[in-house]
Amino acid sequence: MKGNLSIRTIVAIGIGAAVYVILGRFLTIPTGIPNTNIETAVAFLAFMAVLFGPVAGGLIGLIGHALKDVLLWGSIWWSWVFVSLFIGLFIGLFARRIAIENGEFGTKQIISFNVVQVIVQVIGWFLLAPLLDIIIYAEPANKVFTQGAVAGVSNIISVGVIGTILLAAYAKTRTKGNSLSKEA
Amino acid sequence: MAVNILGYMERTSPIHKLSGITKLIVFLIWSSVAMLTYDTRVLLVLLIASLVIFQLSKIQLKDISFVLIIILAFLALNNVAIYLFSPQEGVQIYGSSHVIWDGIGRYNLTWEQLFYQMNITLKYFVVIPAALLFILTTHPSEFAASLNKVGISYKIGIAVSLALRYIPDIQRDFRTIAQVQQTRGIDLSKNEKLTKRLKNVISIMVPLIFSSLDRIEVISNAMELRSFGKHKQRTWYSARPLLKADVFTLMISLVLFIAAMVITFHDGTRFYNPF
Repeated sequence: MKGNLSIRTIVAIGIGAAVYVILGRFLTIPTGIPNTNIETAVAFLAFMAVLFGPVAGGLIGLIGHALKDVLLWGSIWWSWVFVSLFIGLFIGLFARRIAIENGEFGTKQIISFNVVQVIVQVIGWFLLAPLLDIIIYAEPANKVFTQGAVAGVSNIISVGVIGTILLAAYAKTRTKGNSLSKEA
Repeated sequence: MAVNILGYMERTSPIHKLSGITKLIVFLIWSSVAMLTYDTRVLLVLLIASLVIFQLSKIQLKDISFVLIIILAFLALNNVAIYLFSPQEGVQIYGSSHVIWDGIGRYNLTWEQLFYQMNITLKYFVVIPAALLFILTTHPSEFAASLNKVGISYKIGIAVSLALRYIPDIQRDFRTIAQVQQTRGIDLSKNEKLTKRLKNVISIMVPLIFSSLDRIEVISNAMELRSFGKHKQRTWYSARPLLKADVFTLMISLVLFIAAMVITFHDGTRFYNPF
């Protein structure tokens, strides 16, 4: 991984992490269930993972979430930070087939993006987050599994709605490949 | 929307004088001990030590009171949730049950549960001062240098310092965009329905994210022009060499780390059982 990080990826990690912190701090939508918000930051993370690839996605998750925790709470909840890394990394890895740079984001790409994000987030929030909570913090199992499930559902909605809209908006700004036609 | 984000505070104190590398290592050791141990004795020693260090750092309580309030509220809520979900967790861990108060069904109150939840709370109280101190007393550029010095690629170090450098700028962008959209009649408060709010939030996110993508292009072009990343190593303007005080601090924390691990794990479990 070292050495072959492009400058653009490094800057994307830095700026991405900063945007993640700001979104996490100022832009969450309460769902009405106590302590459960729709996190816009997760949608942004998925968006960046598709645009800049798995390394950028994973590191934006890691650095952004850790900085957000430490700047807002004064302490880092490592188990959930790790899940953010996992989500950024694997959405980036599996969404590579979506050629967003060529402006291709139709029904087929929307479906494959959402299948990927749902699978990755189900593993992340429903399994990984609670397991790490138990291993690291020895919290009661039923509590952390409930928390994980609630966070998972709201984050899947967040990425599914906001993430998809962001990607579609981005694809519109790109020039489609093969968009030129030869005049007769 | 007040600017409630923690950041470096310039003071003259022994803690500020320590090198960033020392503080980073101590912070990592400190938080891993607090994560691993459930031993009340270790936690109490760490708590007292962190309060003493906090005193030394000349950071005032009022500087951080807004964060403390959020943390305390979170801890209270977390404790309630733990009790609601698992009122017998302590009994399970410590293998005995001293009932203080008989409640309904499984919701009685035992000393074991109280002790277990006190330990969880202690764990947070031990980590919080260490993390706060690290953020408040380490300059962001020195932080990047220290990340590199502990063996992380300098490119990652630069990414972290870019993030810290641009948080205020992006916060300003965010506020401008939010205000502009509000003058156009987009309501961000909870008066709107959930679906409408979702839409309104997107109308802020799109300009914020697209302007940030532009920023990424501009910054990476500027760095490319200056041949960033051409060499395997780089030097740091704000790196400081290790002084005697640093070596001393590192030695002490290493000894503390080993002692804490031995005390915690010598009996095969990470829980200290007074029952």
